[in-house]
Amino acid sequence: MMNSVILSRRRVLAGAGALVVSFGAAHAIGQEGNTAQDMQSGARVSPPAPLPGSLKDAPLLDSWIRIDGDGGITVFTGKVELGQGIKTSLLQVAAEQLSVPLQALKLQTADTALTPNEGFTAGSHSMQDSGTAIMHAAAQSRIILVGEAGRRLGLPPDQLEAKDGFVQAPDGRKLSYGELVSEQILHVRAQPSSPLKHPNSFSVMNTPVRRADIPAMVTGAPAYVQDMRPPGMVHARVVRPPSYEAQLVSVDSEAVENAPGVLKVVRDGNFLAVIAVSEYQAVKAMRLLAAAARWDEKSALPRLSDLPNAILSLPSQDSEILRQGQPESSSGGRKLEAKYTKPYHSHGSIGPSCAIAEASGDQVTVWTHTQGVFPDRDAIAGMLHLPKENVRCIHAEGSGCYGHNGADDAAGDAALIARAYPNVPVRVQWMREQEHAWEPYGPAMVTHLAASLGDDGSIRDWQHEVWSNTHSMRPGGAGALLAAQHMADRVPAPPPKPLPLPEGGGDRNAIPLYKFPNARVVHHFLPAMPLRVSALRALGAYMNVFSIESFMDELAEAVGTDSVEFRLKHLEDQRARDTVAKAAEKFNWSAFQKRAGRGRGFGFARYKNLAAYCAIAAEVEVDRDSGRAKLVRAVAAVDSGQIVNPDGLVNQVEGAILQSTSWTLYESVSFDDTRITSIDWATYPIMRFAQVPESIEVHLINRPGQPFLGAGETAQGPAAGAVANAVAHAIGKRIRDLPLSGERIRQASM
Amino acid sequence: MIKLTVNGHEHELETEPDTPLLYVLRDELALSGAKFGCGLGQCGACTVMLDGKAVFSCLTPLLLAAGKNVTTVEGLGTLEAPGPLQRAFIEEQAAQCGYCIAGMMMRAQALLVKNSSPTDAEIRAAMEPNLCRCGTHMRILRAIKRAAALIKTADAGAAGRARP
Ligand code: FES
Ligand code: FES
Repeated sequence: MMNSVILSRRRVLAGAGALVVSFGAAHAIGQEGNTAQDMQSGARVSPPAPLPGSLKDAPLLDSWIRIDGDGGITVFTGKVELGQGIKTSLLQVAAEQLSVPLQALKLQTADTALTPNEGFTAGSHSMQDSGTAIMHAAAQSRIILVGEAGRRLGLPPDQLEAKDGFVQAPDGRKLSYGELVSEQILHVRAQPSSPLKHPNSFSVMNTPVRRADIPAMVTGAPAYVQDMRPPGMVHARVVRPPSYEAQLVSVDSEAVENAPGVLKVVRDGNFLAVIAVSEYQAVKAMRLLAAAARWDEKSALPRLSDLPNAILSLPSQDSEILRQGQPESSSGGRKLEAKYTKPYHSHGSIGPSCAIAEASGDQVTVWTHTQGVFPDRDAIAGMLHLPKENVRCIHAEGSGCYGHNGADDAAGDAALIARAYPNVPVRVQWMREQEHAWEPYGPAMVTHLAASLGDDGSIRDWQHEVWSNTHSMRPGGAGALLAAQHMADRVPAPPPKPLPLPEGGGDRNAIPLYKFPNARVVHHFLPAMPLRVSALRALGAYMNVFSIESFMDELAEAVGTDSVEFRLKHLEDQRARDTVAKAAEKFNWSAFQKRAGRGRGFGFARYKNLAAYCAIAAEVEVDRDSGRAKLVRAVAAVDSGQIVNPDGLVNQVEGAILQSTSWTLYESVSFDDTRITSIDWATYPIMRFAQVPESIEVHLINRPGQPFLGAGETAQGPAAGAVANAVAHAIGKRIRDLPLSGERIRQASM
Repeated sequence: MIKLTVNGHEHELETEPDTPLLYVLRDELALSGAKFGCGLGQCGACTVMLDGKAVFSCLTPLLLAAGKNVTTVEGLGTLEAPGPLQRAFIEEQAAQCGYCIAGMMMRAQALLVKNSSPTDAEIRAAMEPNLCRCGTHMRILRAIKRAAALIKTADAGAAGRARP
């Protein structure tokens, strides 16, 4: 749709060129690749450069910014709010560059009928992609409006000032944006660079604006898809198979059909669901239906007690992703090696996945908390054999997801059930045990690291091998949806693919930021997936950084060098060095006094080697009897380029540290040979208040005018490294298998 | 017919008596603050107050709530006039996705009703049944502290004004 608009309105593009000539004094920020030099020299004489951020894919300004005749301004994003505060940050960027008060703006988040297609809200990309696009679109829109005001007032644009939604002339005349705007004026193609405001003049960006959505959350105003109650809505529940491979042998649904409130039982192959008038009637009917269903199950799961070997024995596709110098040359010197393992992790959203769908004729509308309305739409259309245009997916917020949880599947469930019961909205919410048993987990992984040390105490040769499944089985194709996999006209899951570098999947952050004369990194991609897996916050970076940071400490200890000093010795990137130094200083690293049962640890990474820098120093305490470890305090330093909302950033990093600490110390998915057995919070315990640290400090390093560097996931790896190193320091033994459970710590310290 | 008082309003309900209070609040009374998280008493997302005590509404059948006073997060104030606990959560920006927050607030409210100046340790102990996956714990703890202080100054202010 977007493309046809571009083609049919070419003439407008030509006409608008005159309005954008004054972009000479470009102050280019927020765009990957712009440097401080660009900024200081001011002018950027750029050859036809690629458009910044997501403008590349949706280049028309009014795809992002729409101004109505009454002055109302709507900002559009193809990204979604996941609890990361993006609705507020994106508006801050727009308000700043448009020169309007924040309150004057409305935000439209992802809706396949209304917004640009920005794929998934994932990988800490929202500010880099959408924030960058909106920043440039807003700045360019402002200049167009100033140009138009100049034309009407007969004054050169440089005598005019844009302020609070008006363009003002020195003689006091002023025109509002609403007066200046005409239907076509912002329907123009973006330019590669923009007259961005100087960071010194920011009044909305880099300020801790309060999130606009929190008042609704704390007063109980409907805020989530779970809370939507469209008129006539009915409730459905799905009965999932008891295990991945189970086949439905028979189901006698008569009793269920006659149960109070039941409207319909839906059976389609292995897909089983029930629709009822009220929600609790649906829950009770679901239980009856589950009891009435007979399944044939297969024992196909690996042995949990031997998981690392099961992973290592899967067939692999190997690729060398880094080769530097002459790795493995027998350089003499001291050699160390270590193997690290990670179990499967649950996303563990507090609210189970939910969606509402309504089918009428051959049209389907789905309200979903998916991270990608467009790919989810494509998958649902594929599953229902409908043209894409017939399916509309509208994002509505859900509980925090931290990656690909059950959201897309629930949307698929709702769509399939709604087709069987058309013309009313059908709401499906998963039960707790369904979310825990069926969500696609963060994959189990194994790494093997080896290094040799030179006489000067530095690393001469570095080897890192990582074994992993894919880290994305997200939709696009229908086969990504459970409903499609379970229905009679079954669409199998698509063959898994590794995610390409530089971002990578299982190999994300496997290439260290540290500099070594000789190095080799190998990614062993494992196509066979014994458990259902997909994207979990930070993907492989969590495990690779945990491994690298653990091993760096093992090497530092081997040469008797302080951990922080040892890291700095191998770091050239100045921003990395600044980040490490800041965390160490604020933690008071060098003055740390070791006490019995306590330890300190350090962790560092630059997420994906291209997003935000994060260093964390942590102190843990280990309980002598139970062996259980607890984070006592953490001090983080983060450089994410130009800061948009400092408090939002701190909030994200605090949360990431706690979540990663919970993964690292307490969590693992469990299963027997047939079924997943971690199906609730008792069988899959996570951090509770008793394990919450005394303090977390997050110190931000602002880089005015520099590109936005995604920060939502940057702390996952460094936190794991810091906590693991602190545990090793506390007990004097190294544990290389996650989680660092009480049981393992007790055994290690015996 | 079951009688129930919610946030000061009386309701007469025809609902089946085994229905958990959570569904009654959300689906019949359109109070969406309390959330379904587990239905098992393991996460606290559904926490409300029943005669001043924090309970899991997902495990409380309507019958057991009959004749009692239920308070939900909607009863603590409104968007236009947020109560002290709500103000404290806004001021501390104590939410990420926010799904757990209403349950957190109701457990905190039950604590503050009983103990107007809880220590850090008392707050942590009281909050133990409630889970947050986003890792907003530090801010939640600060918000509860702040709420206790706000309530005290409000009381002091009211007392001050009341003096002749
Ligand atoms: S929903 Fe009631 S305790 Fe989890
Ligand atoms: S804020 Fe998301 S679960 Fe607590």
